[in-house]
Amino acid sequence: MTQKRILAIASGGGHWQQLMLMREAFEHQDVLYLTTLSGLPEQYDATPAKLVPDCNRNQKIATIKCAFIMLWRVLVFRPQMVISTGALPGVLALAFGKMVGAKTVWVDSVANAEEMSMSGMLARRFADLWMSQWEDVAKDAGAEFAGAVL
Amino acid sequence: MIFVTVGTQLPFPRLIDAMDELAPQLGEKVIAQCGPEGNGWQNIEVHDNNTPEEFRAYMREARVVVAHAGIGTILTAKQLGIPLIIVPRRIAFDEHRNDHQLATARYAEKLPGIHVAWTVDDLGPLLRQPNLEPAQDTPGPSHPALVSRLRRFVDED
Repeated sequence: MTQKRILAIASGGGHWQQLMLMREAFEHQDVLYLTTLSGLPEQYDATPAKLVPDCNRNQKIATIKCAFIMLWRVLVFRPQMVISTGALPGVLALAFGKMVGAKTVWVDSVANAEEMSMSGMLARRFADLWMSQWEDVAKDAGAEFAGAVL
Repeated sequence: MIFVTVGTQLPFPRLIDAMDELAPQLGEKVIAQCGPEGNGWQNIEVHDNNTPEEFRAYMREARVVVAHAGIGTILTAKQLGIPLIIVPRRIAFDEHRNDHQLATARYAEKLPGIHVAWTVDDLGPLLRQPNLEPAQDTPGPSHPALVSRLRRFVDED
């Protein structure tokens, strides 16, 4: 069986740790990891990995910069699937992934116990599989729930 | 040593103030990562932020870790097998945009080795317990179900 090219992306910190706890679901495929903090991939033996700049909704310039680099990474790697736990860089990756015909997965951070994150709401229109890690949040938002990493 | 951490995004002076006040009675070194806007604490060693390596080193060295109810900290404590006391941030004190940390704390309290201080007054008694149960590096109850759902989606067609 040929391996699928999977782009797995999460911002540094809790998002990344959660993505690492889901690795078993995809690491048998051809995975490229992306994160925002140098040193993190090495800590988790996540290879190959590349960095992208972090951004959030309040930083216009950083977001534009992040978008350009993300677009570049996506065009070069040509993922068949994109998986993200957040935050905004993950949304950009899902959007660009859709553009090149990838299937896309968003698993909202388990931190969002009350409602979907703002990134999660943005990701909704680009996500083929859109999940919350809280059953009640999933029900309210119309997302899928299957479990949580916590 | 007691390591205190509030995450990188927001300050949490209610927690750091309480630890600064408690420190002289504890007879144990307290190192605190206080996030942005920190100053004026007398009895504890304070850092704004730590690199990921420093953070893990402090977590590893600590007898017990005191933290906000942040997912990164909870997952790291589980991974390293350290007793963790969490204090949920409250919207009532302007500490976060909503009370999601209360929900996290209610859930995490059921996990072994995660202890919740619902108010800072609970910190003293918890910190004086000599053999606080450590967190465990075992998957949460619904973790396998999430992974298998994702794997199914990944392997489709």
